[in-house]
Amino acid sequence: MNDLEAPPAAARAVDLAKVYGTGDTQVVALGGVTVEFAAGRYTAIMGPSGSGKSTLMHCMAALDSATAGQVYVGDTELTQLGDKQLTRLRRDKIGFVFQAYNLVPTLNARENITLPLDIAGRDLDQSWFDTVISTVGLGDRLDHKPNELSGGQQQRVACARALVSKPEIIFADEPTGNLDSRSGIEVLSFLRRSVREFGQTIVMVTHDPAAAAYADRVLFLSDGVIVDEMMEPTAERVLERMKGFDGLQQVPEAG
Amino acid sequence: MIRATLKSLAARKLRLAMSAFAIVLGVAFVVGSYVFTDTIDKTFEDIFGGLSSDVVVRPELPVEADFVSGFNPGTTTTIPAELVDRIAELPGVERADGEIENQSMFVLDTDGEPVTSQGAPGIAVNWHDGPSADGSQVLELIDGRVPEGEGEVALDDRTFDEAGYAIGDTVRFVSTGDTPQVSAELVGVMRFGESGSLAGASLSVFDTQTAQELFLDGENAYTRVAVTTTDDADTEQVRDEIAGILPDGFESITGAEVDEETATAIEEGLSFFNTFLLVFAAIALFVGVFLILNTFSILVAQRSQEMALLRALGAERRQVTRSVLVEAFIVGIVGSTAGLALGIGVAQLLKVVFGAFGLELGEGLVVQARTVLVGYVVGVLVTMIAAFVPARRAARVPPVAAMRDDVVLPESSRHTRTGFGSALVLVGAAAMLIGLFADVGRAALIVGVGILAVFVGVAMLAPIISVPVIRVLAGWYPSVFGTVGRLARENALRNPRRTAATASALMIGMALVAAISIIGASANESVDRALDDGVRAELVVSNAVGQPFSPAIATAAAQVDGVAQTVSVRAAPGLVNGETTYLQAFDPEAFDQAAKLDIVSGSGDIDDGGVLVSEETAEAEGLGVGDSVQLTLPSLDEPVEIVGVYAESPLLFGGYITSQRTLENGGVPPVDSLVYIVLEDGADVSAVQDELNEVTADIPTVTVQDQQEYKQQSRDQVNQLLFLVYALLGLAVLIAVLGIVNTLALSVMERTREVGLLRAVGMSRRQLRTTVRLESVAIAVLGAVLGIALGLVFGVALQQAVADEGLDILAVPGGRLAVFVVLAAVVGVLAAVWPARRAAKLDILRAITTE
Ligand SMILES: Nc1ncnc2c1ncn2[C@@H]1O[C@H](COP(=O)(O)OP(=O)(O)O)[C@@H](O)[C@H]1O
Ligand SMILES: [Mg+2]
Repeated sequence: MNDLEAPPAAARAVDLAKVYGTGDTQVVALGGVTVEFAAGRYTAIMGPSGSGKSTLMHCMAALDSATAGQVYVGDTELTQLGDKQLTRLRRDKIGFVFQAYNLVPTLNARENITLPLDIAGRDLDQSWFDTVISTVGLGDRLDHKPNELSGGQQQRVACARALVSKPEIIFADEPTGNLDSRSGIEVLSFLRRSVREFGQTIVMVTHDPAAAAYADRVLFLSDGVIVDEMMEPTAERVLERMKGFDGLQQVPEAG
Repeated sequence: MIRATLKSLAARKLRLAMSAFAIVLGVAFVVGSYVFTDTIDKTFEDIFGGLSSDVVVRPELPVEADFVSGFNPGTTTTIPAELVDRIAELPGVERADGEIENQSMFVLDTDGEPVTSQGAPGIAVNWHDGPSADGSQVLELIDGRVPEGEGEVALDDRTFDEAGYAIGDTVRFVSTGDTPQVSAELVGVMRFGESGSLAGASLSVFDTQTAQELFLDGENAYTRVAVTTTDDADTEQVRDEIAGILPDGFESITGAEVDEETATAIEEGLSFFNTFLLVFAAIALFVGVFLILNTFSILVAQRSQEMALLRALGAERRQVTRSVLVEAFIVGIVGSTAGLALGIGVAQLLKVVFGAFGLELGEGLVVQARTVLVGYVVGVLVTMIAAFVPARRAARVPPVAAMRDDVVLPESSRHTRTGFGSALVLVGAAAMLIGLFADVGRAALIVGVGILAVFVGVAMLAPIISVPVIRVLAGWYPSVFGTVGRLARENALRNPRRTAATASALMIGMALVAAISIIGASANESVDRALDDGVRAELVVSNAVGQPFSPAIATAAAQVDGVAQTVSVRAAPGLVNGETTYLQAFDPEAFDQAAKLDIVSGSGDIDDGGVLVSEETAEAEGLGVGDSVQLTLPSLDEPVEIVGVYAESPLLFGGYITSQRTLENGGVPPVDSLVYIVLEDGADVSAVQDELNEVTADIPTVTVQDQQEYKQQSRDQVNQLLFLVYALLGLAVLIAVLGIVNTLALSVMERTREVGLLRAVGMSRRQLRTTVRLESVAIAVLGAVLGIALGLVFGVALQQAVADEGLDILAVPGGRLAVFVVLAAVVGVLAAVWPARRAAKLDILRAITTE
């Protein structure tokens, strides 16, 4: 693999396996994945529905436990940690953006953005907050509740929330899946900028080749294993590559 | 449709179980009340039924015999022995046995303490072996022999077991007769009836002559005659024949008639008790309505999409409504069944508790068909009523909602609610005021309905009131708990209707508790003040449970050095103008030395048979000095003149004062209920008290108290009653707490994804639990604050309404009310335990991937 010139890994998995159920109903969601996510890079994960993309994210992000193998975030090995330590890890080192339901409806945009810091009882770095806000372009919307914001704005709030605590890595599971294309582009370019300008590490699951083109690198997942990868992707090349995969003949659904 | 209903019911077992639990508790209370009172009823019927001989001869009781029958045969009229002999000679009479019965012969145990407690009578009878109407012996000798001569006694087996004497020992008694201390040698043990149960009373059996000495001043007479007819005689004919030879003032009735009379009296006596318990059952059910209403509302809201889908698929509104109501019906049936079982358990528990306090009840419990029926009807009806509003709302879900994911259920407009709620509050308040202050019939019912209307009205207004109140109550959360606090506050404000309905349930219990506390504190304060202002006597001789005692005590006390005067107070039930009332009897002039008696018009001179009437009674009955009232006592029924009107005081109860001679003439036994002791100037109070204690040492049923102690005793009595009511209202509070648990648990489920999100961004389990807990505390304290506010209004109104009857001082127990608010907060914390744990346990992944 092309990792000689790569910066140190923000997170990595070694022989990561995840099996759901037992016996007849057993499903192998991840069948031994070894992967590194370089710091300051924007990685996209693609693959057909059910290929294990979300499972990989969840295991990497300390939301789910692995059946076998190791997961490292920074230098920390996750499989040894208890719930308290995992919670703290998520709070301090990991950021999230989900496909839907990203905000707490009772809090306004500002409170949602500072939520991880507030929970941790950490002080807000005001200039960083201002930088993030101006990057997301939400300045005049900070006092609004989520139900007063459009889907795109909500997702930008979610991105700002992920950024504001300066996590080591941000995981985004189909962040544009529920958005129209214009809002989607806003969110994607914002994520792109945060990698370029702030050196943020981002891992994003998507099934949209155009979205994947914003990343530095694309990983292709199929049946729980990484089958290919592509550096400096463009939408055309990704689409081309996807056509090459049998498993990707039908257009993958959200999942 | 039915199958869909059943499926959804099964899928929501837990949530429904919780709402069913409200029904279970309410029905259990109703059923428990009925079963328990029926059981008491049967116990007494077993005791008194079938006791009587074929025909009974007794002093004729004037008009309604109720006030002297049952446990209170307070008459001194006797039947001469010679009359018994004449009855025995009559044709059709096989035998006539003279009977003597006294109810104040208290057995002391080997430690010198009274065996009976809580006001149960100490029954004493003379021994004879005449059979009861069914041919059986009422008393069966099970050990030793029957009492035959002076100084011999037999006890019933239960008392024997409890008192700890052995045959041959000397048993000590306290009586209300001239010689308060009596002792006799125990010669036998007898079993009373089949079960031996005397409902807590004791039974001492003496030979006839001893009984006459003890209770009739040695007169050769009886208080009753048991007549046994010959086998071929017609009972009614014999009864009439006996009536023919009886002088005036005596009556002859069949045993069956006596039994019937007793049964009626018992039923009437218990009906108050039953009503009392049922009131609390009604409160519990009323609170349960809120819980069920809320649960169904939340369930319907959560299922609105499912309902919309059904509507989109062509289900009619009616079918949707019906499906919710069918669900309610099933919950009602299940809840009632469990409530029935629990109620029987409650009754059993009460029985055990009563047994522990000395009131042994007969074997088994009485579960009548009526009880079962009432349990089901109440349970099902209440559930259906509570589910009706949510059911209607469910039907209004537009079919298009099935296509959208953020369904907002149509709610009745704020305007309608406000208008309706305010109207109810006003109407309820008006009803309360009319019931309390106007002179109307069924006042208690009107007040009750008024309070109910106010509760419902306030509950309807609560969603509007609760928002600003929560903002204040939970306003400090964010500054102390940060984001966790902010989330909790916002969650409490999120659905004002839900928060308000949950808090309203607690509000009801709290309002009643607060009102009762105010009444209790006012009563204590008023009595205290009356004692401070009104009682000049330094010492008081009394009996804690109100049992009267021998006048010999007052006589003995008068001999003690330093005692200037003793003033005895007697009391007896009687009829004035045909209405049952309590009469107090003392010498007004002497009384005035010991305690304040304020004659506002006329004089206090009742020596010649006149009576005094209280100001309040005089006004209510339209009486004045010079008027005459018909006074009825066991052996007296004549008009007496009102000679004076006195001012109301908590020291004086009932509405009339007569002389002690009048009571005695009326056939009321001469027993004191209270003796005031006025000391000579300069006498040492505690020295005199010590000496008096010595004088009464052998009579453990009375205590000598100084003013402080006497005050404390009356406070203790008020407080005891208060705590009983608190305990019963505790059930309503418990149901309200369950309501909080239910609402929180349902809300947590509803917010599954939010919880998952919070956990994903790093909220710890502990923080999550704190959030739920704080929300719970906000709801609970909201309920407590609303309740106490209402309770203040109710309490003050009640106190004002009865201010004329001696409760003239309003006391608001601020400290206690504050404690209730704190307790509510604690309750909030407890109610949150389970929902918080559920929230904390939610699988994050499951939460964020839940659709
Ligand atoms: N909680 C679960 N229990 C059982 N099987 C699961 C669970 N979550 C995911 N799976 C299975 O694991 C596989 C990978 O799922 P996922 O990672 O969600 O795929 P993707 O996100 O790529 O669509 C699928 O076959 C899915 O059915
Ligand atoms: Mg997925």
